Amino acid sequence: MQSDAIVIGAGTVGAAVAYGLARRGLSVLVLDGDDGDYRAARANFGLVWLQGKGMNMPAYQQLTRRSVDLWPEFDAELSALTGIDLQYEHDGGLAFCFGEDGFEQRRLHLQRLHNQLGSEDPDHEMLDRGTLEKLAPKVRFGADVSGASFGRRDGHANPLKLLAALHAGILRHGGVLRSHSAVDKIVPGTQGFTIEIQGGDRFSATRLVIAAGLGSATLAEQVGLHVPLRPQRGQVLVTERVDPLLPLPASGLRQTREGTLMIGATQEETGFNTTTTSEAAAHLGHKTVRLVPALAELTLVRHWAGLRVMTPDSYPVYVQSPTYPGAFVTLCHSGVTLASTHATVIPDAIIAGRLPSILDPFHHRRFDVPKAA
Amino acid sequence: MTSVDLLIVGAGPAGMAAAVQARRFGLDVLVVDDQPAPGGQIWRSVETVAAAPRGKILGQAYQAGKPLADAFRASGVRYQPGTQLWQIEPGFRAFVTRDRQASTIEARSVILATGAQERPVPFAGWTLPGVLTVGAAQILLKSSGQIPEKPVWIAGSGPLPLLYLVQLLRAGGKIAGYLDTTPPGRRRAALPHLAKALGAAGDLIKGLAWMGMLRKARVPIVRHVADIEAIGSERIESLMYRTRTGQEKTVPADVLLVHEGVIPSIHGALALGCAVAWRDDQDCYAPVLDPWGESSQAGIFVAGDGAGIAGAQAASLRGELAALRVAVTLGRASEQAAAEAAKPIRRKLDRQLALRPFLDALFKPRPEIFAPSDATIVCRCEEVTAGDIRAMADVGRPGPNQVKAFTRAGMGPCQGRQCGYTVTQILAAAEGRTAQEVGFYRIRPPLKPVTLGELASLDRREKVS
Amino acid sequence: MFRKLHEPEGAITVYVDGIAASAEPGESIAAVLLRAAPHWSRTTPVTQSKRAPYCMMGVCFECLAIVDGIASVQTCLTLVRDGMRIERQHGKRSLSA
Repeated sequence: MQSDAIVIGAGTVGAAVAYGLARRGLSVLVLDGDDGDYRAARANFGLVWLQGKGMNMPAYQQLTRRSVDLWPEFDAELSALTGIDLQYEHDGGLAFCFGEDGFEQRRLHLQRLHNQLGSEDPDHEMLDRGTLEKLAPKVRFGADVSGASFGRRDGHANPLKLLAALHAGILRHGGVLRSHSAVDKIVPGTQGFTIEIQGGDRFSATRLVIAAGLGSATLAEQVGLHVPLRPQRGQVLVTERVDPLLPLPASGLRQTREGTLMIGATQEETGFNTTTTSEAAAHLGHKTVRLVPALAELTLVRHWAGLRVMTPDSYPVYVQSPTYPGAFVTLCHSGVTLASTHATVIPDAIIAGRLPSILDPFHHRRFDVPKAA
Repeated sequence: MTSVDLLIVGAGPAGMAAAVQARRFGLDVLVVDDQPAPGGQIWRSVETVAAAPRGKILGQAYQAGKPLADAFRASGVRYQPGTQLWQIEPGFRAFVTRDRQASTIEARSVILATGAQERPVPFAGWTLPGVLTVGAAQILLKSSGQIPEKPVWIAGSGPLPLLYLVQLLRAGGKIAGYLDTTPPGRRRAALPHLAKALGAAGDLIKGLAWMGMLRKARVPIVRHVADIEAIGSERIESLMYRTRTGQEKTVPADVLLVHEGVIPSIHGALALGCAVAWRDDQDCYAPVLDPWGESSQAGIFVAGDGAGIAGAQAASLRGELAALRVAVTLGRASEQAAAEAAKPIRRKLDRQLALRPFLDALFKPRPEIFAPSDATIVCRCEEVTAGDIRAMADVGRPGPNQVKAFTRAGMGPCQGRQCGYTVTQILAAAEGRTAQEVGFYRIRPPLKPVTLGELASLDRREKVS
Repeated sequence: MFRKLHEPEGAITVYVDGIAASAEPGESIAAVLLRAAPHWSRTTPVTQSKRAPYCMMGVCFECLAIVDGIASVQTCLTLVRDGMRIERQHGKRSLSA
């Protein structure tokens, strides 16, 4: 089978790129793995988020900012096409602060980020406790909550609806989605690439996108790219449904449209291990009760652990193979926020055969710099 | 933190027998159970009810549970009823909640004796108030001494509906009718296993006697019912049934009780990473166990119906075997002594197990159970229909966990206990694969509900300020 | 929907949505709910459809109700106590947070 493009990976990143390619009229084949794969896309928290991100990497702040700004249009088109409501809201977002020190640290952190970006109008403001209470009248905050930072570009969406809509969008634009198709071998040829999946079936395309999350490193080697990756475990708690309580999503706590509260997420260097731990549950539970004591009575319904796709500096990798032009690697751990970019800017670049200069800082060669002794 | 040699989860036949056996070797044993009193489902409230007038209604097999419950109480075991276990971590550390207090238990070995649940049977209207399982009605009879107020409809297959009908007759209850869903040909299919089953002939004779009693009492019995629908707005008001010969009837109904066999409760074993294997003979997964009941996770044993459906007597015997092995691994018994002690237990167990192929063939679930109509709710918690699941199967070839992510089936408080097998079977049918190939939901803690406050109380990183 | 076979021994009183109901020590709240019209325990958070105790052994979560102010209690696993206040649970629980 011959296509214009093959995308390896139907997670939030791969599906967004494939959707964007199909949307531009390419014939696209998406190869997906199995039900039991690691699948960061299934464990996502669902923030469409800017505040606090991109320390010492202004290009990432810019990319994120741009992506967040592209989201309303991206959401409108995708939901109209598929009839799937992504439950996207963008009325701003909060990061809660504990104690005066916590408040001051948060203020300084965001100030520094703002200075690094160098734009004139800050995207955030600090809210003292009184202002926060007015903003969230139904919430009685814990005694040591000192306030919050408010990011006006922030928002959230249902990450599973997003993924389902991207899959539906791919199909609507004539793309093909194949699961149980873990890739065995990439064979670069003169006219493109031949992909062999487990079981022996082969597929060919002129362009190839590797977006297989943590499975990408070994695939990238086959097109001459060495991309260092590691898993970082994040554990998330989900409660039973409650009446609307939180007016805005917050870093580490958001109420879904269904009414459940999502609480997260840990950052743990535990390798390829997706077990959940009671220690993390206790810690996340404690953090939440400290924030809003009345949440203590809520029942935990689900607890999961997912693996973030982490690069050494945690920022994305967008690169085209110099040895085998037409082969691209797209990797990141903020697949929801960046989905709007992945569905537009990246596919355009893949079609053009050249990544735009704004993505230069995301070349994986940045990891090759020898460490200072 | 409590620290014990052996933690037993469940105080039914297997859990109680394991505890009694383990105490004989001087093990420090803690039994946690979410029910308020020992006995499990089969012997619910047996301590108080066996000698009461209700004990007679329930019959000898029920009253037979009393001596084991007495032995359990006298064994010196530590027992925590009303306790829900929501996680076990390697080592082992178990996390439980009782009276809204969370606590941690350290144990050197664990026996999961969590028993069985009735096989979920989705059909149109099965979520309406007034539709219950036969097991639920029997629990109400045992623990509360209550029966349906008006003539009750019972639909299903297997020994339990027959037993309950007989108990209901003894209690003076009124029966509207029994809709027997056993398909034709099952007796012929079961016949080859009959000779082997005769070792436990007592149980077979009992089954025949029950049928005789129903006939004598002129209980209306409709055979080969293929399709049932409960109809009503706020509760069941009537029911429609259709037989395989096309006979269709709608009748008024106040209470409808359903039962299509039982399946092992495997959520605990799955969450602990114990290997499970599909059992074609019982149409369910069961943990992979060695002859002592030890799972693929060393130190974790599964005993009782949770190890595969075999009934109360087999459950007690399996509990004893598991406890023997625990005694050996903890250095309280020699391999030889355990092997010797196990011999008579295994002989009795073999006799019990010999009955199963006959019963499994006779009461094999009818195929309709696994193929509900598109409009039928499959996931009761999140109200996801069979059609929703099939629509997912049309998009690519996903597995149960992808379907869960996209439809929310299995995401509610019951954690897939009511929809897991149905989702697996619908996907298997849609994709032309076997249920074994399709697999099951990934089961994670919490196994039972726990509140954020209970969790927070266990946080050792920072003290509550 | 259900009736007791015998007069409750040492009967106690519980309140279901404010209405007094007779109960017997040792029985579950769900058993009482099946005797007290209108015989349902909760409405679902998804479509507000009515649900009543179904499995009676803690695996279906249909019998959730508010007991002495605490929501989402599995009433089939909780025994009655004299003076207990039971409320049927409507849809999503609300928090007094």
